[in-house]
Amino acid sequence: MSRIQNAFSKGKAFIPFITCGDPDLQTTERTVLEAIRNGADLVELGIPFSDPTAEGPVIQEANLRALTGGVTTDKVFELVVSLRAQTDVPLVFMTYSNVVFSYGSDRFIRRCAETGIDGLILPDLPFEEKDEFLPLCRKYGIDLISLIAPTSEARTAMIAEEAEGFIYLVSSLGVTGTRSVITTDLDGIVRVIRQVTQVPVAIGFGISTPRMAADMAAKADGVIVGSAIVRLIAENGTKAPEKVAALVKDMKDALSREKEG
Amino acid sequence: MSKGRFGIHGGQYIPETLMNAVIELEDAYNQYKEDPGFQAELTELLNEYAGRPSRLYEARRMTEDLGGAKIYLKREDLNHTGAHKINNVLGQALLAKKMGKTRLIAETGAGQHGVATATAAALFGMECVVFMGEEDTRRQALNVYRMKLLGADVVPVRTGTATLKDAVSEAMREWTKRISDTHYCLGSVMGPHPFPTIVRDFQAVISREIRDQMLEKEGKLPDAVIACVGGGSNAIGSFYHFIPHKEVQLIGCEAAGRGVDTFETAATIATGREGIFHGMKSYFCQDEYGQIAPVYSISAGLDYPGIGPEHAWLHDTGRASYVAVTDSEAVDAFEYLSRTEGIIPAIESAHAVAWAIKTAGSMSSGQTIVVTLSGRGDKDCSSVAAFRGEKL
Repeated sequence: MSRIQNAFSKGKAFIPFITCGDPDLQTTERTVLEAIRNGADLVELGIPFSDPTAEGPVIQEANLRALTGGVTTDKVFELVVSLRAQTDVPLVFMTYSNVVFSYGSDRFIRRCAETGIDGLILPDLPFEEKDEFLPLCRKYGIDLISLIAPTSEARTAMIAEEAEGFIYLVSSLGVTGTRSVITTDLDGIVRVIRQVTQVPVAIGFGISTPRMAADMAAKADGVIVGSAIVRLIAENGTKAPEKVAALVKDMKDALSREKEG
Repeated sequence: MSKGRFGIHGGQYIPETLMNAVIELEDAYNQYKEDPGFQAELTELLNEYAGRPSRLYEARRMTEDLGGAKIYLKREDLNHTGAHKINNVLGQALLAKKMGKTRLIAETGAGQHGVATATAAALFGMECVVFMGEEDTRRQALNVYRMKLLGADVVPVRTGTATLKDAVSEAMREWTKRISDTHYCLGSVMGPHPFPTIVRDFQAVISREIRDQMLEKEGKLPDAVIACVGGGSNAIGSFYHFIPHKEVQLIGCEAAGRGVDTFETAATIATGREGIFHGMKSYFCQDEYGQIAPVYSISAGLDYPGIGPEHAWLHDTGRASYVAVTDSEAVDAFEYLSRTEGIIPAIESAHAVAWAIKTAGSMSSGQTIVVTLSGRGDKDCSSVAAFRGEKL
């Protein structure tokens, strides 16, 4: 069983997103380890990009803080080496196509495999363009994670059929960022996915409270929380790891209750 | 390989949320581009509303002064709203209307595309929101006022460098939030397929007219066509019908800012490398890790770190050549054309004029050059004055 499959085999998975190097890489490392200690089943590590077109203001600002602080792709790989020595929880990168392409696609994806990255999420790489990186991901054993959106409609089954690792189901229209309500018919989308694949589905975008996390988890196999965590890091800086730990614990508890209920 | 490729360039590198929107747009475009009713409606708008065909003016004083090739100016500056941008916007707005969209969003750099979009929205009774870098709202305050006057909301973008690239990013973000009633009226030959093709086709009217006008005036095609390039819409429009005619030299003028050997430049072909950004694979100014560079040019319309994928391909194949023109050369040309021909060009177009000034003298008197004046320069007077140390 792959590390990603394993993460979804123990009930509803909780997946935090953290921008690497915000405010610095030491804090990122401590935050990731605290999140894992408090129940994170898989961690999404954001490699900052100068122009993150799929992000709302909270994660845009985190990208800017990280880049201003001098984070580079090479330094993020060093962080992964250090994390991998301390944890077996699956780690996936979330970044933009140009970060991979510019590093040299082969070199980047090979380095992912060498350092212990399990998957790659590229929000600006739709189904039609996945051949840009998929052959290399196959070559090195990295899962290229597919995204499905509320607007995917007839594309949903086509994408799900070829999905690997897990499916990132975008909860609502727009960019990342917390929302007070999510009105998309996610049950309907998950039903379509289930007809064609057993690959687990994690819902992300806009989930900010344990209550919302539990509601979303009821519809799928896991939830992804980004902006709510990144905001805690923005507000608390180097003191963020303890705050994030508490939020992850609350989220994970809510998901466990969901499992029992 | 995916759709919309020019060699290795182009493609559709956008969030899944937008994929059905661009597919819907492509389907609608394929349906209407061959539709005689649509084409007749568009031609009527271009002629009766925008004032086409635009003049091909023989710049006699300039030709005489430079002492070489005969120079013609393609007067896109005389179009309604003062630039070539209206050609594309009328096409896209009409398409959006046929698709049942009631709201247009757009990015703008110099404000010319924003003004054109706000104009079309007013004409068609559509809602309009224009995203503009905050830095550009200062450089182009007059155009901000024009857009508001036309009924558009202008949203200043404060992220990144607060210029054109950030306005594009923000317009893309807005489109992912609201798709069903909204068309993203992209202003240049860039972004995901089908935009580079749609915008080129709507701008190709420029080279179609140049060809016909040259045949009428000179009985032959021009020896060179020169246009400025940011994303590259007026340039591709000026080049398009000449691409199969290898004897016509095609020259795109990029904004070198303070020089291609400085960081304050926007010359993508000269200083960029292959990358993936804003929905397309093309050349981009970027650092070793692929972070997009904060580019600079005196011209808000050319102040963009990328170039349209078809230009990238014309560069790769050698069919067109791309040269870099500095702020200082562009400002000299801005003043030169004003004094020599009584025509104040947009600072963007002044980059093309500058190259004509540089090269006309080395060509023979039997040869002809067409320079596309993509826009008029009223909007640039205060920034050129500031460049010369004057305050208006």
